Amino acid sequence: MTATQIQVNNGVNVEALLGAREALTETPEAARFTWRANCRWMKGTHSQTSIHRFFGLGEEQSHRTEYNFDTDHPEIFASEDNGATPVEMVLTGLAGCLTAGIAAVAQMREIQLNSVSATLEAGMDIQGILGIDSDVRNGFDGIKVHYRIDADATEDEIKALVAQSQKRSAVFDIVTNPTNVTVEVN
Amino acid sequence: MHTTTVIIGAGHAGLAMSRCLTRRSIEHVILERGEVANSWKTERWDSLKLLTPNWQSRLPDYGYQGDDPDGYRTMPETVAFIERYADVISAPIQTHTKVTSVSRYNGGYAVATDQGDWECSSVVIASGACNIPQVPALASELPPGIDTFTPKTYRNPDQLAEGGVLVVGASASGTQIAEELQRSGRSVTLAVGEHIRAPRSYRGRDIEWWLDAAGVLDDRYDEVDDIARARKLPSLQLMGSPERRQIDLNSLTAIGVKLVGRLAGINGGKAQFSGSLNNHCAMSDLKMNRLLDTIDEWATSHGVDGEVDPSHRFEPTAVETSPQLAIDLRSGAIRTVIWATGYRPDHSWIDLPVFDRKGRIRHTGGVIDAPGMYLMGMPFQRRRKSAMIDGAGCDARELSAHLAGFLDRQAALMWNFGQVVNG
Repeated sequence: MTATQIQVNNGVNVEALLGAREALTETPEAARFTWRANCRWMKGTHSQTSIHRFFGLGEEQSHRTEYNFDTDHPEIFASEDNGATPVEMVLTGLAGCLTAGIAAVAQMREIQLNSVSATLEAGMDIQGILGIDSDVRNGFDGIKVHYRIDADATEDEIKALVAQSQKRSAVFDIVTNPTNVTVEVN
Repeated sequence: MHTTTVIIGAGHAGLAMSRCLTRRSIEHVILERGEVANSWKTERWDSLKLLTPNWQSRLPDYGYQGDDPDGYRTMPETVAFIERYADVISAPIQTHTKVTSVSRYNGGYAVATDQGDWECSSVVIASGACNIPQVPALASELPPGIDTFTPKTYRNPDQLAEGGVLVVGASASGTQIAEELQRSGRSVTLAVGEHIRAPRSYRGRDIEWWLDAAGVLDDRYDEVDDIARARKLPSLQLMGSPERRQIDLNSLTAIGVKLVGRLAGINGGKAQFSGSLNNHCAMSDLKMNRLLDTIDEWATSHGVDGEVDPSHRFEPTAVETSPQLAIDLRSGAIRTVIWATGYRPDHSWIDLPVFDRKGRIRHTGGVIDAPGMYLMGMPFQRRRKSAMIDGAGCDARELSAHLAGFLDRQAALMWNFGQVVNG
């Protein structure tokens, strides 16, 4: 019998990520990406947004296929509920980003993940969007994320994974820090 | 004027190098823009004490000899300590001599100063890591009527107008200044980004004792995982006080300091703070506990568990559920902003292609990418302790050996060249 090294596999290609980090440190201009979305109004509060092309590594790129997302509002808002609300899409983005980060950091730290699930909750007082009370903001008054993670690691190591993922997360940054938004018409 | 080596800067780092060159009989001069220990003398606030205990200022052939090894020096005491070192080693210092440029000349270097020019074969840059306060670009968005200071210009609370203070940055300087200003009766808000929490004392010993004994401060630049990251780490939240007081975010909230997230923007006169405060505090607590784990493991494996207090953990950092996300800077609530956002060195007078794309000197453990040029006193230059007074000795010993080797090779080359020319 020989001692076998435990192979950690979270399905993340760490060599590729590290390689990209090294290459992009040398050529920082290639690190500039542009993400795009195209939105079309359908009817009422229902819109459809498609995601396909983006720019990065110095050239036009595209996803394997086009992805379409319907956004709408639930029936209690007198809508037809053809999809998630836009604010729920924000939670989708945050959850997807943090969870991907946890997998990547775990792989880097050679921690095997067995299961990862999260519940996200965001509070909102809709007096803001309805214009009832100008002291109430339109957006969330806070977001709570709760992760349940089963991994071959100590509790503190798992906590550190989640903390590091927040530190490196694009959506966490977008949600927690101000971003200039410029909207033009025609 | 001509010499073999020009050392720029007569602080502890330049003096340690001078001592090592003297031991090797390498002729040199130290050029100092002001006086010995100039930054310690002129660029620190009044109440500041060294963050390291007295015993931990070991320089080549010099160290603390008083009766309070565990105390922390005031700035005048620090200056006196370094001045005495300069005396003891008879350092060849030329004070009030500001270097205006260093360039290649005649196979060596030309060092231009406001007191005449020098030619030399090698140069040691020991002008400090903390010359220019690193104030973020968004500072220009501050509305008029708000006074600003940096730890370099701040001296004491009397300088400040009455009224609220926003301290930006929660490392050693920011936390100490926030505490002093809150105690002066002002209402202080502290903007907290990435920071490193550390206990002043642990298991009855100073944290610096543990870091020194366990070899953490001796971690080498060519052995750590990510040296670029290690060199960027903020300073530990520590202060030196006779009662060995603990300073951290909990001790600050206990006296009424209000914590907000990292200052992320100033928009229309409103300061906006990141919603990441909870994560920054959680990360810092986890990091501190990993350090304490390392210490505990070292204590056990080195059999000192019996000599020190039992292992324990500190209260996690308490953060409000919903920290404030914005402050209207036009409301009058904030009268003064302190930018405790770090420092960078000033190497603008070096006319050599030795900088990376972000303007930092490229070096490998203090060996600069120009023959015969060396750097001293940068964070994690060769070891974790490189920027500390206690770290100057090791780096000076190793780099002076490298420098001597360089001079030997150069002399051999010159000799060979002479043989060829003279046939």
